[in-house]
Amino acid sequence: MKSIYLKEISSFFSNLTGYFVLIIFLLLTSLFMWVFSETSILSYNYASLGQLFSIGPIVFMFLIPAITMQSFAEEKQKQTLEFLMTKPITDIEIILGKYLASVTLVLFALLPTLIYYYSVYQLGSPIGNIDNGGVIGSYIGLFLLGAVFVSIGIFVSSLTSNQIVSFIVSTFLCFCFFWAFDFISNLSAFYGKTDSIIKSLGIAFHYDNISKGRIDSKDVIYFFSLIIFFLYLTSLSLGRRNKV
Amino acid sequence: MSIQVNNLTKFYGQQKAIDNISFQANEGEILGLLGPNGAGKTTTMKILTCFMPQSSGDVSVCGFDTRKNDLDIKKIMGYLPEHNPLYGSMYTKEYLTFVAAIHKLDNKSKHVDRVIEETGLSKEKNKRISELSKGYRQRVGLAQAIIHDPKVLILDEPISGLDPNQLIEIRSLINSLKKNKTIIFSSHILQEVESICDRIMILNNGQVVQDNLIENITENTVQSQKVLVEFLNNISEEVLHNHLDNVRIKQENKRLFEISYNGENDIRSLIFDLAVKQENKILEMKSKGSSLEDVFKEVTKKN
Repeated sequence: MKSIYLKEISSFFSNLTGYFVLIIFLLLTSLFMWVFSETSILSYNYASLGQLFSIGPIVFMFLIPAITMQSFAEEKQKQTLEFLMTKPITDIEIILGKYLASVTLVLFALLPTLIYYYSVYQLGSPIGNIDNGGVIGSYIGLFLLGAVFVSIGIFVSSLTSNQIVSFIVSTFLCFCFFWAFDFISNLSAFYGKTDSIIKSLGIAFHYDNISKGRIDSKDVIYFFSLIIFFLYLTSLSLGRRNKV
Repeated sequence: MSIQVNNLTKFYGQQKAIDNISFQANEGEILGLLGPNGAGKTTTMKILTCFMPQSSGDVSVCGFDTRKNDLDIKKIMGYLPEHNPLYGSMYTKEYLTFVAAIHKLDNKSKHVDRVIEETGLSKEKNKRISELSKGYRQRVGLAQAIIHDPKVLILDEPISGLDPNQLIEIRSLINSLKKNKTIIFSSHILQEVESICDRIMILNNGQVVQDNLIENITENTVQSQKVLVEFLNNISEEVLHNHLDNVRIKQENKRLFEISYNGENDIRSLIFDLAVKQENKILEMKSKGSSLEDVFKEVTKKN
């Protein structure tokens, strides 16, 4: 697993995917946070990182599928999967190696945003007037959300050998899991009956919970079950070749 | 017996790719796998390397069953797939180190240096794989297959796309590897197969149509003899047919003929008599033994 992990990390940074992902993530979040007057906290007059955490999931929705679209689709297209599958290494090791490498890249994207935290911390009046609990919760929430998006992306990538298809389908799935349940629960047909259950199936519901700074085991379990669910589907998808 | 295959059958959906084949391969032996496109060579190799399972039948590699002990087999197996898949963005040395890490080898750099030396990649070791020529990529593919000193080596068309010099080097490399190993090798270049392999197995439509030692293979299959003869003056095919019984004549040009016949007697003296009778002269006459190519055509033409 370690060898796959290291290989994936080095390939992110040798074919520039890694750099692009980091730069675009930081560029978009900083534009929304500091530059665009409608969303900038400088005109908002309130020391919070709210902008980062509301724009973050949307940026991830596009960037993470871009990271993961190659993970299996490229291997399938170049037939290097055949190479990996005939080496003494299990499917689970391959999946986890690739998964953890992409999650690491997400973590790398989040780390530099600590500068935003520091800036807002200093800008507060008095200095340090910021909801620390909320920030920590939101960071954990955004990271877990990224980790779920990665598992969705890896799964979709294992279904196809076409990277573009992989990108589009996983963006769509990420969108569905993030918001669609919210929208559906607002339909009048469900109002007052099952709307809260439907809403709690979506990522946004749990993400909002964690962002408040209250890290509930229910939410954490929700995120981890989604990750395990999609990684399990990935292993089923790779195992299809073993059908007689 | 390091490879033992019994009644192996493989279906792709409804299509039968391999039809109940059995064979074995021993240590220290190079087995050449031949057959027309779609005969089942690559499928057989993919099953042997545990890339995919068989529909029925038993395959054991060094005593391990492909369906139960696939990880054990993968540890002692080196495989060069047909399209030689490589990670183009990696550097040669980086890639080989990665393969050594997958095999969990101790002292990775020693093994990497050894295979770089053996496959003659020293000059190319710091290049990106995507920048290498096809012959060098083929060597990288071979290097990754032998880095862990496997007991069984499966090479799917390892010599396609090599220039004649590279061909000789790779041939001698494969020959030097055969000690303590079982090598299965497929190719469409029959001369190469003839010069490298000890035993040849020909597949056609998923069945074994020939499995024999290289020295026996031509004798048993083709009984006809061939004579190539060049006359001084023009001579017509009818004249030859009138004087020689039971022959097939292939006219190369007006004076050059390839004559094949089935029978015990040596036809060359008859041809000589014929030339004298026609007041013609023979410039050259040589008998062509039947080649692997003839055997191949013979056993794969049915169906």
